Amino acid sequence: MTDRIKKLREQSLNAINRISAERAVLVTEFYETGIDRKVSVPVGRAMAFDHILRHKEICINEGELIVGERGPAPKACPTYPEICLHTLEDLEILDTRKKVSFKADDEVRRIYKEKIIPFWNGCSNRERIMNLMSEEWLNAYKAGVFTEFQEQRAPGHTVLGSKIYSLGMNDLIRQISEEISRLDFINDPMAFEKREELKAMEIAAHALIMFAGRHATELRNLAETETDEARVKELKEMAEICSLVPARAPSTFHEALQYYWFVHLGVITELNTWDSFNPGRLDQHLLPFYIKGLEDGSLTKEKAVELLQGFWIKFNNHPAPPKVGITALESNTYTDFCLINLGGVKTDGSDAVNELTFILLDVIEEMRLLQPSSMVQVSKKNPDSFISRTLQITRTGFGQPSYFNTDAIVQELIRQGKSLADARNGGASGCVEAGAFGTEAYILSGYFNLAKVLELTLNNGFDNRTQKQVGLETGNPEEFSSFEALTRAFQQQLEHLTAIKMRGNNIIHRIFADYMPMPFLSLLIDDCIPNGMDYNAGGARYNTTYVQGVGLGSITDSLTAIKYHVFEQKTITMKGLLKALSADFADFEEFRKELVYHTPKYGNDDDYADDQARLVFRMFFEAVDGRPTSIGGKHRINMLPTTSHVYFGSVIGALPDGRKAGQPLSEGISPFQGADHKGPTAVLKSASKIDHLLTGGTLLNQKFSPSFFEGDEAISKLTSLIRSWFRMDGHHIQFNVVNAATLRDAQKHPEKHRDLIVRVAGYSDYFNDLGEDLQNEIIRRTEHEGV
Amino acid sequence: MAGNCIRVKMMKGLVFDIRRFTVHDGPGIRSTVFLKGCPLSCSWCHNPESQSGLPETSIKIFPLEGRKFREEEVSGKWMTVEEVLNEVEKDRVFYDESGGGVTISGGEPTFQPEFLLSLFKALKSKGLHTALDTCGYTSWENLSLTMNYADLYLYDLKLLDDKQHFMYTGVSNKLILDNMQKLARSGKRIIVRLPVIPGISDTDEFFSALRTFLGKMKPEVKEISLLPYHAAAANKYKRFGKENLMKNVKSIPKEALFQRKSELEAMGYSVKIGG
Ligand code: SF4
Repeated sequence: MTDRIKKLREQSLNAINRISAERAVLVTEFYETGIDRKVSVPVGRAMAFDHILRHKEICINEGELIVGERGPAPKACPTYPEICLHTLEDLEILDTRKKVSFKADDEVRRIYKEKIIPFWNGCSNRERIMNLMSEEWLNAYKAGVFTEFQEQRAPGHTVLGSKIYSLGMNDLIRQISEEISRLDFINDPMAFEKREELKAMEIAAHALIMFAGRHATELRNLAETETDEARVKELKEMAEICSLVPARAPSTFHEALQYYWFVHLGVITELNTWDSFNPGRLDQHLLPFYIKGLEDGSLTKEKAVELLQGFWIKFNNHPAPPKVGITALESNTYTDFCLINLGGVKTDGSDAVNELTFILLDVIEEMRLLQPSSMVQVSKKNPDSFISRTLQITRTGFGQPSYFNTDAIVQELIRQGKSLADARNGGASGCVEAGAFGTEAYILSGYFNLAKVLELTLNNGFDNRTQKQVGLETGNPEEFSSFEALTRAFQQQLEHLTAIKMRGNNIIHRIFADYMPMPFLSLLIDDCIPNGMDYNAGGARYNTTYVQGVGLGSITDSLTAIKYHVFEQKTITMKGLLKALSADFADFEEFRKELVYHTPKYGNDDDYADDQARLVFRMFFEAVDGRPTSIGGKHRINMLPTTSHVYFGSVIGALPDGRKAGQPLSEGISPFQGADHKGPTAVLKSASKIDHLLTGGTLLNQKFSPSFFEGDEAISKLTSLIRSWFRMDGHHIQFNVVNAATLRDAQKHPEKHRDLIVRVAGYSDYFNDLGEDLQNEIIRRTEHEGV
Repeated sequence: MAGNCIRVKMMKGLVFDIRRFTVHDGPGIRSTVFLKGCPLSCSWCHNPESQSGLPETSIKIFPLEGRKFREEEVSGKWMTVEEVLNEVEKDRVFYDESGGGVTISGGEPTFQPEFLLSLFKALKSKGLHTALDTCGYTSWENLSLTMNYADLYLYDLKLLDDKQHFMYTGVSNKLILDNMQKLARSGKRIIVRLPVIPGISDTDEFFSALRTFLGKMKPEVKEISLLPYHAAAANKYKRFGKENLMKNVKSIPKEALFQRKSELEAMGYSVKIGG
């Protein structure tokens, strides 16, 4: 690490996360003028985007080579009042909460009080959504049947393809003019909408060029006053780069990175998109620039590494924008789910691992930053050396990179209707979501609480916590004569509740399409320009909306326990079971012990339990997959929880698997914490019994103690473990390498473990920033030791 | 033949555990089948419950929120070859990917010679890589019968001094050493496993005798595993009400172990620590 990288890295690590009112002020100023009322919605949004980039403070940090910050300084995080409005109370909570806090100083609060809140109160997009949702949706939402991603953040969930490496903004502007000139206002009833959207994209493209130009000017100014000659030269070179890109396509490694970074800032400034935008297949995109640079002598390996490290730090300077409302109380995460993809296959299906892949792995290892997150795509075409190099990083216990199955991802995408080439150019982003990079909007709509569906079924659709009839009346469970009668009722309940969720999605999609278009993002994702249609309205080549199932282990074990104890062994009646559950097992300890210790459980490669996983998965798939969305796409499922299994657990009473009320559910497709006792191969076998290829991503977390990774032989056995899992079509696996003693110590003495990063779900986080529940759960997760 | 088949199906072996993802019992990812019963009674035995040739009961504690449920648990289960096969077949994909397979261990597997042989035959007929983890204390006839089916022997060598051997394991080592030499001569792949126990086998005398003994089997025996003693089984001795003679023996320091390793490596052996 060079000195400058060391300093910048330190600066990034030490920067305090704070709220910046800059963007809120600028966007409010713009809408106060009323100009937006004279133009169409997309053009208004593009003008607001231009206004922000034109007036925001330019920040250039000392010594940096890649420039541009979303806020006025590293980790100064903007807000998006047009999407969701922070109250003064929210700001107070953000400022003072122990975990994942954001400083909100007096000035910010004054501005909010005097300017932002009076203007936006009652008319943010969030309020529009809540006003337009049905009562059944609101009831289910409040009961904790599902969450809603788009309530506080704009849809994003997409990754850039290769477009910007061959096209400048001026090229895109030219394409736009051509599309506008081709519009047929007689025969195409959508011609007006298309023209307005295209005009908006054009404004946004110009805005980004202007924004880069402002950096060029600032860099030249700095060069005037800089005394260090070497730095003067650098500043001038950087000014030159900023005046060239993004206007035209990049021609050097440095230009390519700087171009991407401006695009990144554009996307995350336009709106607070879910899952920070992401360059995706970085080793593929940058390779031609790397080779060319080495050949013409303009680049060395060392220089490339330094630029990449600087690039990494830029991501780390940008925490996820904080939420509002009760969720501000919960600790969340600074991670904005930017997942760099390495490896995989090329468009022609051949091995994509290259020289740069290994350089990027070095960068990941050396930087050890929370953001960006990283993953390796492993195809049967890739060499073992790629996996073993990655495992050497994993074993340092920093939770990155995670491992994805390229061959499964390609099949998943093809099943959904993508072309083979688009599928191969894809990968995974966010936590684990499969997507066709550069061509798809794959919007996560919310987590879906599978275990809650059973709780409602066991209460004839009534939710005890909110005292509302949330589900269908599927019958008194005491009258179910067989296990099949129970699963039929469960299925009806599941179909009913997923339908409520999807109806809500179709309303929310239209709200974003009509009121919150994203012309800048639309420039970047094919085929929004030729379609003349916004990303949020279905302009992308592929449009997918996911419902994410949570609690597979918990629901499987609960159904299995009912089958085993009530219908087969008859150790308890349904009436008795319901009594035990409502008493949260008080006076039923003996029975609870049977449930915990002597009942078949998911995660042990035992079909008796795993059959219920298959069943629930199938029901969930059939209820959701293929249902149309209101922006021309399809609903699909995936199986991932992020941290929602903790929240979902908190809204459910005791479950038949022996879990007590309020405890977290199982996470991802992992077994319930502690339920597996036959080692990792048995877990993988159980988890392979659901058909991963029918999803758009599943998440499997395996915890190993560091000792397991000692020696080359262990690395080679783990390589085989990953290969086996992928041969069974597993979508993803990640390893948490840390021992429980370290974690317990970190809980007691957080001050001593400030750098402790653990794998949480689809991402890594600082252990200290996790809520206590989640910390406890990570400690409890089975440690799989070699025998 | 038909009669033979029926016998194979009916025959049961006493199995005390089948573990998956064992990574220290031979190449690749493996499953290890532990057969119960052992003619030795090593003072350092990690699995004292494996020594008796009959099922044994002990009290196991199931904790639940501060409450402790005490239940009787039987260790040792009579299983048919087919049942064992079904269990180990479950991880085939992992064996295939890693070049792993199935290891039969104990106790002492040759203590149930017929079952062992049937199991081996069945495993081989399924094309699985097999290893036998043995202490070598069995008739040459029994051992030689396994040679057609075992791809690898993990051969435990405890002590070379016969008196000491008798003292700590309850039997003479003559048969063990003879069998090993015969096996080596047959050309079978052998990994010698040495439990390294502070004050007992972690001595210069032992290692010098070892060099002499192994020297007789050069070049057939090339691989050695040093198994460091862990005080991990103390709890088991309590549970099964057995006397723990190793109470005062500490785990061996890492440096000492690495020293032994490099000495053997200097002589041309390939040496691993821990299996
Ligand atoms: S030979 Fe093995 S199983 Fe038998 S007593 Fe000795 S250590 Fe225990």
